[in-house]
Amino acid sequence: MPALVRGAGVIATPSVSYRQISPLVVLFAAALVGVLVEAFVPSRLRRRVQIGVALLGLAGAFGAVAALHATHAVPVEGALAVDGPGLFLSGTILLFGFVSVLLLAERNLDSTGGALVVDAAVLPGTQGAGAMLGSRGQQTEAYPLLVFSVLGMVIFVQANTLLVMFIGLEVLSLPLYLLAGLARRRRLLSQEAAVKYFLLGAFSSAFFLYGLALLYGYAGTVNLGGIATAFAGNVGRTDSLFFLGLGLLSVGLLFKVGAAPFHSWTPDVYQGSPTPVTAFMATGTKVAAFGALLRVFYVAFGTARWDWRPLMWAVAILTMVVGSVLAITQTDVKRMLAYSSVAHVGFILTGLVAANRAGLSAAMFYLLAYGFTTLGAFAVVTLVRSPEGEANHLSQWRGLGRRSPVLAGSFAFFLFALAGIPLTSGFTGKFAVFQAAVRGGATGLVVVGVITSAVAAFFYARVVVLMFFTEPAADGPTVAVPSFYTSAVVGLALAVTLLLGVFPQAVLNLAHGAWPFVYG
Amino acid sequence: MSATGTTPWVTILAAVPLAGAVLVGLTPRSRSDVAKVTALVASVATLVLAIVMAAQFKSQAPGYQFVQSYSWIPAFGVRYAVGVDGISLALIALVAVLTPVVVLASWQDAELGTRPPRLFFALLLVTETLLVGVFGATDVFLFYVCFEAMLIPMYLLIGSYGGARRSYAAMKFLLYSLFGGLLMLAAVIGLYVVSLHQGHGTFELASLERLRISSGVQDWLFLGFFVAFAIKAPLFPFHTWLPDAGAESPTGGAVMLVGVLDKVGTFGFLRYCIPLFPEASRTFAPYVITLAVIGILYGALVAMAQRDLKRLVSYTSVAHFGFIALGCFAFTSEAGSGAVLYMVNHGLSTGALFLVVGFLASRRSSRDIAAFGGVAKVTPVLAGLFLFVGMSSLALPGLNTFVSEFLVLVGTFTRYRVAAIAAALGIVLAALYILIAYQRTMQGPVVHQATLGLRDLTTREAWVMAPLVFLIVALGVYPKPLLDRITPAVQATYALAHRYDPTPPLAAVHPAALGTRGSGAGGGGRP
Repeated sequence: MPALVRGAGVIATPSVSYRQISPLVVLFAAALVGVLVEAFVPSRLRRRVQIGVALLGLAGAFGAVAALHATHAVPVEGALAVDGPGLFLSGTILLFGFVSVLLLAERNLDSTGGALVVDAAVLPGTQGAGAMLGSRGQQTEAYPLLVFSVLGMVIFVQANTLLVMFIGLEVLSLPLYLLAGLARRRRLLSQEAAVKYFLLGAFSSAFFLYGLALLYGYAGTVNLGGIATAFAGNVGRTDSLFFLGLGLLSVGLLFKVGAAPFHSWTPDVYQGSPTPVTAFMATGTKVAAFGALLRVFYVAFGTARWDWRPLMWAVAILTMVVGSVLAITQTDVKRMLAYSSVAHVGFILTGLVAANRAGLSAAMFYLLAYGFTTLGAFAVVTLVRSPEGEANHLSQWRGLGRRSPVLAGSFAFFLFALAGIPLTSGFTGKFAVFQAAVRGGATGLVVVGVITSAVAAFFYARVVVLMFFTEPAADGPTVAVPSFYTSAVVGLALAVTLLLGVFPQAVLNLAHGAWPFVYG
Repeated sequence: MSATGTTPWVTILAAVPLAGAVLVGLTPRSRSDVAKVTALVASVATLVLAIVMAAQFKSQAPGYQFVQSYSWIPAFGVRYAVGVDGISLALIALVAVLTPVVVLASWQDAELGTRPPRLFFALLLVTETLLVGVFGATDVFLFYVCFEAMLIPMYLLIGSYGGARRSYAAMKFLLYSLFGGLLMLAAVIGLYVVSLHQGHGTFELASLERLRISSGVQDWLFLGFFVAFAIKAPLFPFHTWLPDAGAESPTGGAVMLVGVLDKVGTFGFLRYCIPLFPEASRTFAPYVITLAVIGILYGALVAMAQRDLKRLVSYTSVAHFGFIALGCFAFTSEAGSGAVLYMVNHGLSTGALFLVVGFLASRRSSRDIAAFGGVAKVTPVLAGLFLFVGMSSLALPGLNTFVSEFLVLVGTFTRYRVAAIAAALGIVLAALYILIAYQRTMQGPVVHQATLGLRDLTTREAWVMAPLVFLIVALGVYPKPLLDRITPAVQATYALAHRYDPTPPLAAVHPAALGTRGSGAGGGGRP
């Protein structure tokens, strides 16, 4: 059609710097190769090939991120932002993705092989479900799904416009909804988790989209820097559209980070999902969502800092209090870790409220430190088992320290790190965000932070009491002997948690040097 | 900073027990005897090194000695900075003396826990390392790290090797201390941010002491530090964790906990609260002194009502910590030196008292006072030791505690007369609680047939007690070497807070003294 051809002459082809978007390209390629492997590679080789492709893809993307380290650009016509914070967070996400693949690859724990179901479509309670339990097969689609999700996360933290951010949000969320429903054991719980996550996630996406639309209506652009300029340049006209958009967008993002009062999905989803997937959600998604939150609030709403800070104060306080207090009543390890993650979100939000360079680097450091500790903790959770699968009820952890001191000792170390005891990464992170908050004038928030930390210490210490100071139950859990994969994850998490507690300077420098966000 | 003494003693004294802990941890599970010997060697080696350090310490040199300072986390201005003054010297020496004693005393107790004995000794040595770090740190961040990290080995010691209600006691101990510690963290961060606003962010004590902090901010920061130390010390009304932790700890753990760990609180008053926040210290001093006096009387009264020997000793400590806090906040060099000396003496006397009570309790498998009675007839040596150590605890002249208690009271009297008089009542009460306990357990006819078979002091136990008994007498008769080292450090501390000894009233009347009065007493000289 000639009209279209003429029109094409007017629209300039976008200039794409493939070097600057190479991490995304590598991830996308790895995910597509994974899909092809699923279609063409014989089933007996499929799992190994999928693991290899996923690990290679994630490592390759990490290499690409590392190669870009000093880049400060807005490639693809300003759609993406390749800058220090974006790259630091992308690298963090890729590391967590890599470690999560290792956890997913473990097959030695369950007598029937792996944490993933054979066929997710079979209804629980039917004949097929019984037959499935005996099979050693595994749904290998999980690997490309996870890589897709990582791709979405990297887009999410590198988005320079709200539309691209929304695409990232969907690309990261959709595979996670599926992954949440893939647990081999306790199928009903897993499917409930998937549905709940999907419904609430879709709801929050709608909030995000509505906020996006309002902000576009206000600023006439979806570009983050453009929104900031529009707000700063707006004199005399009403700002209500802007604040409505800010509020709705915040709801969408705060849902993803799991901040109160939008946190209620976390415990259910964490509990029902296969534990390696939970670990991935608790770390990767958290980093991605915080990355987007930080970028939106620092760049797009940076000029409106004095307007949103009271709101974020309230959210941070509520999140810290709700997370720490509700965690006390939990009897399930995964639910307890879920509420603990809510409390940690509150601590990281104090870095956001600081709204300064120190706050950004502290939040990013915290995410990295918290992520490794959490991965280690969930890795330990996969190892403590009863005949029905993982022994997640806390009463089953009685006297674990007597039975396998090394494992229980590692878990105790992770818990102390989560509680923020010095000489662990948790303390360094907490110190970093709190000092940034005090520097940013949020001293009151820090006081709430330290008090809730003391509350939180109670439930971490309670698990230590259970493991070490009580007699083991007669029919206590068995501790599975892990293969190389899970052992490597626990070892790595221990090393990082200790190293970031004792010698954190290198990573602190990296986070500090990541400033500033790119505008444009 | 003094040019004397370049040997990095603090690092050495911290490293030796840590290396010992690692070695103990590596010993085979079945050979607990190897673990014990290794622990003993490591702790005795630390003691020997501490003695060498004390010998090299120049008592009259100002400031910190054996200083080291390296950049640790430049992003926050954190340094690995350590050094020793008279106060830290005394307390590090106390740690070094008590650790081998505890190792030897726990020879059999460690077998009774729910966890392997080697872990007990490893945790003990790690605690020693962190205590040396706490007393030797001259960087607030480093101090905080050791202060908080110290909780974990102690928590595990109480929880794994303690009595029947050990997990409750361990939890209570951890939560109380952590709560105080986290409040202190907020204050530490506040202090750091103040230093950032006045140049560059630092945690070094020497730089922080030069900061000008507005009085409102000072009050809050002071409270942050103070509550943490008051919980740790523990000062009334923050003391309720101590009787539980003290009673449920294994004997060795209780000696470590009450003997040394709690000194960190009162040490913190002198090292951090007073020099860093001088104005706030003066503002709050009357309140602290009130709490201290209440603690002295309350601790003593409650101690008299105890039925459990270990709880009794714990409550006597609450009373003694009242004296120490009184001494710290009276702002006279007599009271301050007395307080530091009291910290050492209390560590020795109460440590010894816990050990004797522990010997009794392990023989009888009960800590109940009612389970004893007339035991002196069966175990005369043990009973004699009990009496001797009790006398030291109630400050009998000639024994160590008397000197320090006297100094505290004299020093307080010149500034806070009412408080000193009320506190003096505590001495009477102390005589009561010790003697009543002694009478009920040791004197009179044998009450229980089961006590007839009790063994008297064994050779190992005698070796455990010997160094303590020696020091109790030695410091009672001749405390000068220790006081000579403590007093300059205490005076330097109060000088930082601009508090000088009040001019004696006689000198004020004397015409010859009139001329020097204004310059000598300084601004804060009036009592």
